[in-house]
Amino acid sequence: MIKLKVNGAARQFDGDPDMPLLWVLRDELNLKGTKFGCGMGLCGACTVHVNGRPVRSCSTPASAAANATVTTIEGLSPDGSHPVQVAWQELDVPQCGYCQAGQMMSACALLAKNPKPTDADIDTAMNGNLCRCGTYLRVRSAIHKAVELTASNNKPATKGASLSPANGNKK
Amino acid sequence: MLGLYPKAAALAQAKLTAENALLPSDFISIAANGVVTITARNPETGQHSLNMLPMLIADELDVEWKNVKLVRPDADNKYGIQFTGGSTATPNNWEPMRQVGGAARQMLIAAAAQIWGVTAAECSTAAGRVHHKASNRSLSYGELAAKAAQMPVPDFKSLKLKDPKDYKIIGTTTHDVENKDIVTGKPIFGIDVTVPGMLYAVFEKTPVFGGKAVSANLDAIKALKGVKHAFIVEGKPLPSNFPNYLNDDPGLAAGVAIVADSWWAAQSAREKLEVKWDEGKWATQSSVDIAKKADELSKQTPPRTLRKDGDVAAVFKSNNVKVVESAYVFPFIAHAPLEPQNCTAHFKNGKLEIWSTSQTPQIGKTIVSRLMGMPENDITVHMVRGGGGFGRRLYNDSMCEAAWISKVVGAPVKLLWTREDDMQHDYYRSGGFQYLKAAVDNAGKLVAWHNHFVGYGEGETFTHSGQVDGNEFPSRFVPNYLMQSSVMPLGLKTGALRAPRSNVYSWVYQSFIDELAHAAGKDPVQFRLDLLSAGPPAGTQGVMNAERMIGVIKLVAEKSGWGKRNLPKGTVLGIGFHYSHRGYFAEVAEVTVNANKKIKVNKVWVAGDIGSQVINLGAAENLTQGAVVDGMSEMLQEISLKDGRVVQSNYHQHPLVKMSQTPPIEVHFLKSNNPPTGLGEPALPPILPAIANAVFTATGERIRTLPMTRQGFSFA
Repeated sequence: MIKLKVNGAARQFDGDPDMPLLWVLRDELNLKGTKFGCGMGLCGACTVHVNGRPVRSCSTPASAAANATVTTIEGLSPDGSHPVQVAWQELDVPQCGYCQAGQMMSACALLAKNPKPTDADIDTAMNGNLCRCGTYLRVRSAIHKAVELTASNNKPATKGASLSPANGNKK
Repeated sequence: MLGLYPKAAALAQAKLTAENALLPSDFISIAANGVVTITARNPETGQHSLNMLPMLIADELDVEWKNVKLVRPDADNKYGIQFTGGSTATPNNWEPMRQVGGAARQMLIAAAAQIWGVTAAECSTAAGRVHHKASNRSLSYGELAAKAAQMPVPDFKSLKLKDPKDYKIIGTTTHDVENKDIVTGKPIFGIDVTVPGMLYAVFEKTPVFGGKAVSANLDAIKALKGVKHAFIVEGKPLPSNFPNYLNDDPGLAAGVAIVADSWWAAQSAREKLEVKWDEGKWATQSSVDIAKKADELSKQTPPRTLRKDGDVAAVFKSNNVKVVESAYVFPFIAHAPLEPQNCTAHFKNGKLEIWSTSQTPQIGKTIVSRLMGMPENDITVHMVRGGGGFGRRLYNDSMCEAAWISKVVGAPVKLLWTREDDMQHDYYRSGGFQYLKAAVDNAGKLVAWHNHFVGYGEGETFTHSGQVDGNEFPSRFVPNYLMQSSVMPLGLKTGALRAPRSNVYSWVYQSFIDELAHAAGKDPVQFRLDLLSAGPPAGTQGVMNAERMIGVIKLVAEKSGWGKRNLPKGTVLGIGFHYSHRGYFAEVAEVTVNANKKIKVNKVWVAGDIGSQVINLGAAENLTQGAVVDGMSEMLQEISLKDGRVVQSNYHQHPLVKMSQTPPIEVHFLKSNNPPTGLGEPALPPILPAIANAVFTATGERIRTLPMTRQGFSFA
């Protein structure tokens, strides 16, 4: 039995401990926002936070997430009010949208560590997230936009909308 | 150059003639509170057609966009054409969708006029209300909807549609209607579909084209945890002689299906699967042998002549010309959309229900009906958002497999391919070899062009989307022109990848044109303008309109400061242009190349002419920038064959450009007095030669082989 905390809620999983966290989230806990792209940690579509750090859930066995705190795209905010979610919508980042959950989770992890990243900081943090549609310019702009939104709010928006996933989990 | 999907185009045309039979009520419903629900008939795989089609309806209907809700219908012929491909969403919908909106507006006016006892001509509309100004009365669409539905549907041809200056929604930016679902992780993609009682399937297909599964350790597999079924799918042979996989019966690949209570259980069991394959006649095919064969053919007289103007041989022999000769080689590449192929199907009591990300759901329904031997009326195809298409989802192989497996196991089944399945069982962009020879005269004018294309096929049939024809550029822009071809047999499926053929022929033609400009001692932009000015008059059948291309070349030259800017030493510009899918695009790349042959693309300028109206501005910019990034990735990609198998299996061997490699991309649209046309494809092709031509100027080395890593080049 593997116990973990997902988006603030206690969850458990009683299956194959080698099952990647991705499939535990998607098919056992019915959190479909995290996406399967490559299965080898090459594309970043499956990025989630484990204890606040971005990991590739497709290559992370469930056993490695035992007793961990996991945040997925669903945990940013259910209503799209997290600054990163707002920025993504305002700038119309997505084309197909499939990679964007992973992009956003990498972006949140970056902003938690570095609240005012430069372009170069963003490129370094985001280079592991592939976008087949090529929305990179908008992803980068949206990260800057999220910084602006956070600054202009001067407080975390409602409903766990802090840039820090750790705070998001405390609610 | 438009016949990229000949049969699909014919199908689309046949349906277009029936477009006047579209019923506004199938597309629009208006609630009493004024909320307007509009049906977006096209599949959505990231082109924003889910927004674009309803924008056309809503503007002519004269409602406010904020009051519009969008819905995605099932595949159904009553909606006319439901097809995402070939940059056809705009040309196929520009008229009919505006007519649908305009017709509904007329019906609302007719209803109001009847209530007020006035003529329709006295009434006007604005923001979801009908007004009778003379009496200062108005009624909302919500109040009129029930009565309007009883009004006769006007003849579409009689409708007076808006003057473009009155557009309120067309020509703006609308936010993608599914943005919020995307950023909150809602289950909106094909891979997210869940059906009660659903099982999960994986399907190990023959690793060699046309192979068969002879036997497998099925009992051992069935004994594994979670596995419910494991069985051999004998498959159904593909039709011979290089079918158009889009419309022709695609057959059913042979292999072994494993169905389990979770996808991970099925996939884990697959790792223990042992299959004895009959690999068939393609078991020894290899890219190395193919390249040798192409080289041999290049030295022989080509069996086919596709076009002959003047006498190239005589020009090449004359003394007062400069002759240039080059061979361009390009590989197969994969679509690799980020969401792997998947489909959910439920066969029950003789009926089939399907959830699919297909770009061609109506064709899929037809193909599945043939495969399963059941009438189309017994099949429902639900359209689901696809995580990228790029042409891959034109092909309905995963739909066929899911339907087949569901029927065998008698339960709803979600079939999900792995990335490796997706990369190794694609309908690949065809590779090829182009042997070019051309001459410029003493005045620096292009006077002769000979192209010997060595591709794949049999007799006079080329592989699907791997063909050339007599209109290949610069046909009709040069007095002596000879287009010839040879084909080699191939055991691999090929298909349409975003800007089929153009995505790589542009690199060939525009690179070679650049070689000729340098041979002629002319500026590459001026050389192109001179060439286009010598072309046939506008409107000549089957030829791009040279004036429109000249327009975008001049615009991109101006915006990029071509010949006007003082660039730092080592920083250079390159240009390319291409006409495809009715769109005119010219692109300039500014690059620097370091000593390790790492190419830094500093900036890209794009100029495009897609007619009189860009419908969704923000989406158009996004799509165009994405096309540039996509084209850059294609310079790095390769699918090769060894022992009959595809060698590459995942993104580490078939890379995508990353954020740090993506340059700023400035997009400009040149509005011209032509009907609006599509944007999914035509912005892609010119970026490859624009970069390659800049690399030549920077280094003196011409990229004549793709992937460019074969010549040691990569992106910084």
